Amino acid sequence: MRNTLFGLVAGRLGASLLTLFLVSLVIFAITSLLPGDTAQQILGQFATPEQVAALREQLGLNQPAILRYWHWLSGFVTGDLGQSASNGMAVAQLINDRLPNSLILAGITTIVSVPIAITMGVVAAMGRGGLIDRLLNLVTLSMVAVPEFLVATLAVLIFAVKLNWLPALSYVSTVDSLGDAMKIYAMPVLTLCCVLIAQMARMTRAALIDQLDSPYVEMAQLKGVPPIRRVMRHALPNAVGPIANAVALSLSYLLGGVIIVETIFNYPGIASLMVDAVSNRDLSLVQACAMLFCGTYLVLVMLADICAILSNPRLRNR
Amino acid sequence: MQGESLIVRDLEIVATPDGGEERSIVSRIGFSLAPGEVLALIGESGSGKTTIALAMLGYARRGCRIAGGSVRLGETEVLSLSPVATRALRGHRVAYIAQSAAAAFNPSRSLMDQVIEAALLHQVMDRRSARDKAIGLFRDLALPDPEHIGERYPHQVSGGQLQRVMAAMALLTDPALVILDEPTTALDVTTQVEVLLAFKRVMRERGTTAIYVSHDLAVVAQMADQVLVLNGGCEQEQGRIEEILERPRHAYTRSLLAATRPVRLADSMPVATGQPLLEIAQLDVGYGKLNRDGEPSDKVLRGIDLTLSAGRSIGVIGESGSGKSTLARAIAGLIAPCHGSVQFDGTPLPPTLRGRTPDQFRRIQMAFQSADNALNPAHSVRRLLGRPLETYFHLDRAERRRRIDELMALVKLPTSLLERKPGELSGGQKQRVNLARCLAAKPDLILCDEVTSALDTVVGAAILELLAELRQELGVAYLFISHDISTVRALCDDVMVLYHGECVEFGSCETVLEAPRHDYTRKLIGSVPELRPGWLEHHPLAMAEGTPA
Repeated sequence: MRNTLFGLVAGRLGASLLTLFLVSLVIFAITSLLPGDTAQQILGQFATPEQVAALREQLGLNQPAILRYWHWLSGFVTGDLGQSASNGMAVAQLINDRLPNSLILAGITTIVSVPIAITMGVVAAMGRGGLIDRLLNLVTLSMVAVPEFLVATLAVLIFAVKLNWLPALSYVSTVDSLGDAMKIYAMPVLTLCCVLIAQMARMTRAALIDQLDSPYVEMAQLKGVPPIRRVMRHALPNAVGPIANAVALSLSYLLGGVIIVETIFNYPGIASLMVDAVSNRDLSLVQACAMLFCGTYLVLVMLADICAILSNPRLRNR
Repeated sequence: MQGESLIVRDLEIVATPDGGEERSIVSRIGFSLAPGEVLALIGESGSGKTTIALAMLGYARRGCRIAGGSVRLGETEVLSLSPVATRALRGHRVAYIAQSAAAAFNPSRSLMDQVIEAALLHQVMDRRSARDKAIGLFRDLALPDPEHIGERYPHQVSGGQLQRVMAAMALLTDPALVILDEPTTALDVTTQVEVLLAFKRVMRERGTTAIYVSHDLAVVAQMADQVLVLNGGCEQEQGRIEEILERPRHAYTRSLLAATRPVRLADSMPVATGQPLLEIAQLDVGYGKLNRDGEPSDKVLRGIDLTLSAGRSIGVIGESGSGKSTLARAIAGLIAPCHGSVQFDGTPLPPTLRGRTPDQFRRIQMAFQSADNALNPAHSVRRLLGRPLETYFHLDRAERRRRIDELMALVKLPTSLLERKPGELSGGQKQRVNLARCLAAKPDLILCDEVTSALDTVVGAAILELLAELRQELGVAYLFISHDISTVRALCDDVMVLYHGECVEFGSCETVLEAPRHDYTRKLIGSVPELRPGWLEHHPLAMAEGTPA
C-alpha cells in the first residue's frame, strides 16, 4: 500500500510540475498576445512616445519574449516572483496580502458546504424517487440554474437593504469579534454554498445510487442489514472515490473562480487581484496567480485520488 | 436450527415498469417442501424463477411487488411480517446465495467481515464464536487456508472460492431455508463440480431446506428432490425430479430437456475437402510489457498449431483464462502475436489490423459473446446490417435493401424487425442480428466467441442449429470457442482443448470427446453433469472425498 501511494504521489507530483510548466507557457503566450502595451497602460493615454519607450526599457519589455519568459521562470523557481509592473510592489507581497483572505473564505465555505452537500446527497439517494428526493432534486437544480451574481445581489437586497441584518460589503479589516466575522462572512459564504452544495449533492447522489443498485447492497438487504447501515457501511465506502473527486473539483473553484462574489461584496481576495492584474497587463502577477490556482487544483485532485485509493482495497493492496 | 417446512400458496407478484401499467410477472405459484427437501425452480431468463425465490425472503426487487399469496416457513407467515421482523428473518432463518458471488460481495470490506455480519446483526452469536464457526464452515466447504481466507478481500479470491465463501455466509446462522440462485452458473464446469459437491454435503449434514434456482436441468438433477418448471411466471409442471426427467408431461419441459443436450448437427454435413484456409504455426501470444528477449510479461498462449480447412468447423474448449478468446483475438488482429505465424488462404496475415487489406478484413469476421455489447444500441437493425455492406461492397440503395432482406432470411428473422433497435429485441434475436452482420461481409471464416453462452438453453440450441445450417448453405468455416462441451460436440468437426494457454489435445470431435487421451480433457468431459440423479455422488471427486453415495 505504501508503495502504491508513494508511487502515485511521486508520479502525480512529477506530472503536476510538468502541468505547471505548460500552464506558465500558455499564460505567458496569452498575455503576450493581449492587445495593448504594459508601459502604455501604466503611463496612460497622454504619455509621450519617449516616456513609453523609456519605461519599456526599464521594464525589460524590449527583450524578446523567450528571454523575458526565461527571466521570469528562473526567478520563479528560485522563489522570486518578481515585481508587479503596475505598482512596483513585490508580487509575493501582493499575494501574501490577499491569499489569507481567500483561504479563510474558502475554508469557511468548505466547512459549511461539504457536510451539507454530502448529507443532502445521501438522504436523496436513500429516498430515491420519493418526496424528499424530488424536493431535493428541485432545490439543487434551481441552485445550479440561478447564477451566483443573482444570488449575491438578492442576498444583499434582502439581508442588507431590507432587513438591515448584515453589512452589504465585507470589509475584513473591521472584524473585532466572532459575531462581526460571522456577519461579514455570512453572505459571501451563503452565495458560494448555493453553487457548490448543488453540484456536490448531485454528484454524491449519483455516485451513491450507482452503488445502491449493485448486487452487494441487495445482498446486504437480504442479510437483514437495516437501511442506514446499508448506506453507511456498504455503499458509501465504495462511493468515496467519485464523491471525493466531485468535492475536489468544486473546491478548486473556491480559490480562483469566486471573482463575482469578491466583486459584489468588495471582498479583498485573490481572484480580484488576478483580474486586476490581467487588465493592467501585469504579467508577473498574472503568472503567479495562475500558477497558484493551477497548483491548488492539482493538489486537490491528488488528495481526491488518495482518498479513492485509501477507500478501495483493490487499489490499496496491489 | 434444522430445516423447516415451506408451504407456498397462490403467490402473485406484479411489476410496474416506469410510467407503465401494473402487470403480473408471477401468478398462482404454489408448492410445499418437507423439512430438508430441495426444490428446483427451473426456467429461462424472465420466467420469474429468481423473483419467486426472492419472495421467500419477503423481498421484491425495485419496481416489483408481492401482490398476494402466502409463504409459510415453519410456523411463520413470511409475507405478513413487519419490516423489522422481515429483517430479523433475512440472513438468520432464511439465507440467500446469489448468482454472481463476485458482484454480491462488497469490494471494500474483508470477506470475514461480510460473512459474520448477519450473525452479529441478528445477535445469534458473538464475534469470536462467529469467526470460529465461519472458519469451520470454510474448512467444510474445502476452501484453501480456512484460517486466513477471511482476511482477504473479494478480488483476491477466485470465483469458485467466492461462491463457497458465500455459502458459508449463508449457512453461518444455521438457516431453516437457503435460497440458491444459480450459484454455479458463472463457474467453469470443473469448478462447478467441486462447488456442487461442497454445497450438497454441507446442506445434507445440516438438513437444510433449500430452493435451487437454475436453468440447467442436469445440475438440478444432482441437487433437487422436486422440480417446478416455470415459463412466463406460470407453473408448467411440478413433480419429483425422476418423474420430470423420465416422463415429462408438458411440451415446454420436453423442449428444455432436448435443448440441454443438443444432438450432433455436424454429421449431416458434407465433409469439406477445401483448401487449408487458416494455418497457425507455433503461435505465442501474451499481454503486458515486453522484456529484453521480446517476450511479454504475461504469456497467454504458447506454441499453438492449428489448420482449418474451408468450410470446416473447429471447436476450442477450455476453462476461463485458458486463452480461448485470446486465440480468436490474435487471428482477428486485435492483438499481435509475439511468435509464430498465421496464414490465411496461403498468405501470411499481418499481425495487427493496421497491415491488413480490406479483403482480409472482409473474409474474417468475429461474432462476440454478448450481442448486447457488440451492437450499437442507437442504431436500427437495418443500419447495423447496412454498414458492413457499404464498407465492403459499395452497393446501391436497391441492391442493399435486397441484400439486407436476404440476410434477415438467412438468420430467420422477419423483416418487420428491421426498423427496431437492439434494445427492442430478445436475446436470441440480438444474437441472430449479430450473426447476420458477420454474414453481411460474405466471410470465409467466422470466429465465434461463446456465442451461445449468454443465451437460455432453448434459444442457444436454436442458434447452434442456425450456425450448422449456415455452414451447410454458405460453406463458411467456424472457429467456435466455447466452455460448453455439448455445444462443441453438436457443431464442430474437430476440437482443440486448451489448458493454461497450451493445446493439450487436438483431433476430430468423436475421438477427443469419446476417447480423450489427456488427463485434463478427461477431467473436463467428466465434469459436465449428466441428466440423471446420482451422477454427482458417483463423480470421481465425490468418491475421493468419501461422501456416502
